[in-house]
Amino acid sequence: MAAPITAEEIHSLITQAIPDAQVQVRDTTGGGDHYEAFVVSPSFVGKTKVNRHRMVYGALQDAMVQRIHALALTTLTPEELQQEQASQVVNIQTRKPR
Amino acid sequence: MAEDVLKKIDEQVKQHKIMLYMKGTPDFPMCGFSAATIQVLDSYQVEYASLNVLDNPEIRDGIKRYSNWPTIPQLYINGEFVGGCDIVREMHAKGELEPLIRAAQS
Repeated sequence: MAAPITAEEIHSLITQAIPDAQVQVRDTTGGGDHYEAFVVSPSFVGKTKVNRHRMVYGALQDAMVQRIHALALTTLTPEELQQEQASQVVNIQTRKPR
Repeated sequence: MAEDVLKKIDEQVKQHKIMLYMKGTPDFPMCGFSAATIQVLDSYQVEYASLNVLDNPEIRDGIKRYSNWPTIPQLYINGEFVGGCDIVREMHAKGELEPLIRAAQS
């Protein structure tokens, strides 16, 4: 088993391969083996989820096979991110003066 | 040898309309990602086939090459690779998975 990977390494591998991507990587357990990556990139437009994830896995290459035990992945286009953020704004009530 | 495994997988995913490659079994998943995928599939109350890759090292390696996808679980519907845990959960949440499952059943 190769040396454990860090969140910074995962971040830089993804950013190198998909330069226009905004990337957030979180070590979900703090143990250096379970990670969560949130990747937003215009280059995902028109691609299926499967192909988007393949792009990210491709960026991680050998690290994915040998050094990353678990990686949860979210891949969004900038537009989808906006929609997602918009849909999270809930519970707003309007009360009209009476 | 390597070719045989890919052929075997090809037959499996075509024979079983809903086929899940996972770690452990639906009753005893051995990994959180496999467990989460099972939870989604079980919510549809449908019959599906599963294979424990921990018991089948050849398939564990072969399935990654078959789909060009580095992780397990992997869900196949009608012989088509649908995705891993994150994609399955996301499609489920958006209501995109159920029609595929129902269509595969009929």
